[in-house]
Amino acid sequence: MKFLSFAFAAGLAASILTTPAAAADITGAGATFPFPVYAKWAEAYKKETGNGLNYQSIGSGGGIKQIQAKTVDFGATDAPLKGADLDKHGLLQFPTVMGGVVPVVNIAGVGPGQLKLTGEILADIFQGKIAKWSDARIAKLNEGVKLPDAPITPVYRSDASGTTNVFTTYLSQVSEAWKADLGANAAVNWPVGQGGKGNEGVAATVKQVPNAIGYVEYAYAKQNNIPYVLLQNKAGKFPVPSDKSFQAAAANADWNAAPGFGISLTDQAGDEAWPITAPTFILVHKAPAKPEQTAEVLKFFAWAYKNGDKLASDLDYVPLPDNVVAMIESAWAKEIKDPSGQPVYKQ
Amino acid sequence: MAALSERISTSTMQTIRRTPKTTFDPVFRWASCASAVLVLLVLAGILGSMVYGGWPAFREFGFGFVTSSVWNVGKEEFGAWVAIAGTLTSALIALVIGVPISIGIAIFLTQLCPPWLKRPVSTTVELLAAVPSIIYGMWGLFVFAPLFARYVQMPVSSLVEGMPILGTVLYARVPSGVGLLTAGIILAIMIIPFIASITRDILDQIPTILRESAYGIGCTTWEVVRHVLLPQAGVSIIGAIMLGLGRALGETMAVTFVIGNANRLSLSLFDPSSTIASRIANEFNEASDLHFNALLALGCILFLVTFTVLVLARLLIARMRTR
Repeated sequence: MKFLSFAFAAGLAASILTTPAAAADITGAGATFPFPVYAKWAEAYKKETGNGLNYQSIGSGGGIKQIQAKTVDFGATDAPLKGADLDKHGLLQFPTVMGGVVPVVNIAGVGPGQLKLTGEILADIFQGKIAKWSDARIAKLNEGVKLPDAPITPVYRSDASGTTNVFTTYLSQVSEAWKADLGANAAVNWPVGQGGKGNEGVAATVKQVPNAIGYVEYAYAKQNNIPYVLLQNKAGKFPVPSDKSFQAAAANADWNAAPGFGISLTDQAGDEAWPITAPTFILVHKAPAKPEQTAEVLKFFAWAYKNGDKLASDLDYVPLPDNVVAMIESAWAKEIKDPSGQPVYKQ
Repeated sequence: MAALSERISTSTMQTIRRTPKTTFDPVFRWASCASAVLVLLVLAGILGSMVYGGWPAFREFGFGFVTSSVWNVGKEEFGAWVAIAGTLTSALIALVIGVPISIGIAIFLTQLCPPWLKRPVSTTVELLAAVPSIIYGMWGLFVFAPLFARYVQMPVSSLVEGMPILGTVLYARVPSGVGLLTAGIILAIMIIPFIASITRDILDQIPTILRESAYGIGCTTWEVVRHVLLPQAGVSIIGAIMLGLGRALGETMAVTFVIGNANRLSLSLFDPSSTIASRIANEFNEASDLHFNALLALGCILFLVTFTVLVLARLLIARMRTR
């Protein structure tokens, strides 16, 4: 295992060395979910400052491995690391943007937002306990919506994915049975249904299989025009998934509840809060070997917090609330030190 | 006879007259020997790193890693049986469909085809081999699967529902068009060009005199093919089939798209399943720790499965030769 990651790191190092790059270029690797927005930010940032960013979207697990091996200036992950893991490797974790996961369906005659479900029903569907759309519990929630007496095909991500982690985290919160049998992870032991590779695989399968239900990042549902489902939130309301309801989930959250802002935004309180919302995270070393590179990383994200909101919303990501950004920047100033003990980040 | 001996003696004289330059011979011998040994070293290296990387998983689960059908990443329980069964079944389906078609194509091209049709058909078959597997996967998912669901799965399922045996094997609980049978069909299309072109070349190389003598004693085309050509080419055709089987066992991208990616054992050909290669393709990116080791162990098993199948093929060929 060690020699494999070494070979991997060596390959990556070689690829970095062979790219002619300015001294101030920073490198990062990890989660695929925020890749489009990081790429847009990097482009705009380069135009403004001349400093480039080289981001490899290799998946959250890869991002964690790379930053631990110190082969990149920052790692990126969708699933936050736990406090103990952060301490063990001397890492600081902070969120950058948020996104929402929405259930999508393909039922004849049912349009976007017409079907309502609760978290518990959703968990039972994906566990195979509710097998038909005509089930009494679904019918009770959806009076006036004509649902077929047909078997439900649940569709899940077949690749390990941060989206699955967020979705199953939510299902574990709302269903005891789910928590006990399957739990939350980037890949779980799905008892029914079939897998599609990537968001596009899930979207395509749901689109062409009658009576299917799947889950995708909101941007995917929106861009592909797949009917989404309204979910009941903690307050008992059925908000429409949008940047507004994702932001509402963030507004009520207690960002200090977990180390490294590693909270889950799923099942948050608030009338407007969309129940399956999640931030995506960046990892940097607290005592970096190359403080000037880490300083560049922080400069880049500080710039993005200040100037990147519009670029993010254009891509259906949700910017962080200002108070959270202030907390993140003070954590940078407090916790990231160069070898002489001086803070790396200066506001 | 005289002419022949004269030729031999002239050539001997030429050899004697020529001063042989032997400097390149040893270099050539060593270079080719090194190339051959390199293959062995690479193979050993791959197997070694797979065993090394998968060792923690083998140690943790023992032989149960092969026989268990649980694959639960969250609880770190790993068993390979579903993937092994899926790999073998999908490859078997591919052979059952692909081999007769391939041999049919080869026989048609060499024995029955009008000359003007020969070139277009051969070129098409060879082009099929050049299509990247991801294209087969996408075509399978977006074009083939919906048609297969509507015109095969749904009618067949409703027909056999409740019947003994047939009702189990051909009933689609989820008529989405993807599953074990779809994967087998896509694989069959992918291995046809390999088997067909090699078989065609073999049939072409059978001496014309054999065929003509058979026709001469009054055989029909069918009898010539059945009793002269196929027995002559038999061993080589098995070699061609093994090459196709190798591709079917290890195919990754196309299968990932169309097999449905479910870690469940099912008796139905229409149900989703997974293969070793598709499981690795799906999960490798985000795997860490024991999960990562388990995937490498899966790779090791795929290696051994392929190796075993090839050894069995060798034994089969050896038996046919001795007969």
